Amino acid sequence: MKKLAAALICATMCLSCVATASAETVKIGVFEPASGDNGAGGKQETLGIQYANEETPTVEIDGVEYDVELVIVDNESSTEKAPTAASELVSNGVSVVLGSYGSGVSIAASDIFAEAGIPVIGVTCTNPQVTEGNTHYFRICFLDPFQGTVLANFASENFGATKAYVLTKLGDDYSVGLGYYFQEAFESLGGEVISDTFPEGTADFTSYITTAINEGVDVIFAPTSTEAAQLIIATAASQGVEVPLLAGDTWDSNVILNAAEGTDLGVYVTTFYQEGANEEFDANIKEWINADSTRLANNGGDDTVAAVTAMGYDAYYTALAAIQNAGSTDAAAVNEALWDTTYTGVTGEISFESENGDANRDTAYVKVANTETVAWDFVAEQGVQ
Amino acid sequence: MDFINRNLPYLLAGISVGGQYALIAIGYTMVYGILRLINFAHGDIFMVAALVLVYASASFPLYVSIPLTIIATVILGFAVERVAYKPLRNAPRMSVMISAIGVSYLLQNLALYVTGGLAQVVPSIPVISDTIKIGSATTKVVTVVTPILTIVLVIVLMQLINHTKIGMAMRAVSDDFETSRLMGIKINSVISTTFMIGSFLAAVGALLYFTNYPSVVPTSGAMPGLKAFVAAVFGGIGSIPGAVIGAFIIGICENIIKGLGWTTFSDAFTFALLIVVLLVKPTGLFGEKATDKV
Repeated sequence: MKKLAAALICATMCLSCVATASAETVKIGVFEPASGDNGAGGKQETLGIQYANEETPTVEIDGVEYDVELVIVDNESSTEKAPTAASELVSNGVSVVLGSYGSGVSIAASDIFAEAGIPVIGVTCTNPQVTEGNTHYFRICFLDPFQGTVLANFASENFGATKAYVLTKLGDDYSVGLGYYFQEAFESLGGEVISDTFPEGTADFTSYITTAINEGVDVIFAPTSTEAAQLIIATAASQGVEVPLLAGDTWDSNVILNAAEGTDLGVYVTTFYQEGANEEFDANIKEWINADSTRLANNGGDDTVAAVTAMGYDAYYTALAAIQNAGSTDAAAVNEALWDTTYTGVTGEISFESENGDANRDTAYVKVANTETVAWDFVAEQGVQ
Repeated sequence: MDFINRNLPYLLAGISVGGQYALIAIGYTMVYGILRLINFAHGDIFMVAALVLVYASASFPLYVSIPLTIIATVILGFAVERVAYKPLRNAPRMSVMISAIGVSYLLQNLALYVTGGLAQVVPSIPVISDTIKIGSATTKVVTVVTPILTIVLVIVLMQLINHTKIGMAMRAVSDDFETSRLMGIKINSVISTTFMIGSFLAAVGALLYFTNYPSVVPTSGAMPGLKAFVAAVFGGIGSIPGAVIGAFIIGICENIIKGLGWTTFSDAFTFALLIVVLLVKPTGLFGEKATDKV
């Protein structure tokens, strides 16, 4: 009986091998956090990729129709777990990888992809180090030096701010990096910066907010994960903070909207996409998200279109365009083709500059959380002079 | 006056978080007093209490879901003891400790599975989530309620331990496990009661803690649990007033250090304190001197 079972298992395994080998498939890896600090954002980004995959599940390479298969792994928002998740993608034989949300995990896994010769398209990892000095990591979003400068300009132009409180998370490349670029830009505009860091697992932000209030700052800048953001917003609200709270792309999430609901806070974020910019896309993806309770839960319980979802959507099509240009599913060929790949997506024109493979982007959208309607209101389109 | 105005918020935050640590620390110290076991799963029971509140309040109004949360947490504490610790009553102490670590990870990963890894927003409880002004500081009512409630609960608990039959049984079991068993004390029910009291206090602590910091993730219990443990050791593990005083000291010191601008070191301080206490006064502030019984 045991022998029969073993034989059956062997047979099925062989069959399944044959089955995958015979179908024409190209695998795209999705390297995103589904748990941990950045779980909420990672899930929203993955939703965009999944939606795009459902919309266009095939790609034509040299006249042959290939099925696109997404291989989704969870990097747990952790720089220790990220290399393992990356290795899983490598052993699955993916042609190109999309992700990740959060620069820290992208940097941590970069070498694994480099050794395997697999190109990666960063979706919303904004830290410069992700693409710096390598030829396999690309990205379709703007960078933190740009984002930091935009925010500093915005703070000084719109609020006449001269003193800012910068709160970043210790050991988080994204958070510390963006805080640093903001500080640099803000100081060069003649402002003064008081900066603080908080360690992993901090739940009590009372002291930090108190320091900000005591110092009499004009604006609080907190480029943190959404998890910490919920707590920072709650603490700021209960302490009666009157100055505006500023943050980067990470805060562009309905998690923040829900946290800020009913408070008197002004929460401003810079982001890649403003809901309403492409109504057809918005309507379709809302319908798709509402059609399934898991998707709805992954999007944070409502159908707000996050910028990262739109970015995930565009990243998928950029990857398809690169595969088509390469005319092959070979990772090295895709890597080569990516340099000249261009695509016009819902978030704008996507093309890569020739040194590091960063996106050519020069505008960011600034949005404010409307604490009554629980939606983002458009404030300004901000560039750098 | 200006000095007080500037520093009052730090002090208030410290007292409030200290009270919340105290409620968790009592659970550690009571279980240790009776079983000589560091119940590592205690911090996670605290986290589960918050999650139960999140899910219960989605279906029931708060006046139902709060008692429900407390009852569910008490049952969980009872079940953990019965399933994971009772069968190991005669096993080496190390086995029980490993079992406790196992329960801790089991609870964390169950929470990860249930929540899908996303932070859950804890509903705000009316009255104690309102903001009030104390002097120059704006804070939530819970900040003031916590230390008062903590002290009231501790006084009730001390009465229970010193003046009731079950309290006397607890003291007896904690003094000499084997002899009290020979004297006819049902040690299993005494131990279960201890775990239930500990879990009840952890649930109350969770309600207060997550009113201030309204977001819960599977690891939310780890840090407060560790700090409460340090508080219990600092006060002298096994001593309830010691645990409470230790918790207040740790909560206040932590926030003063943040107020001084050394935010990065506030956690390091807590654990450095643990090492210093263990080196200088291993029995803690109020701990009994350990006598080896032959």
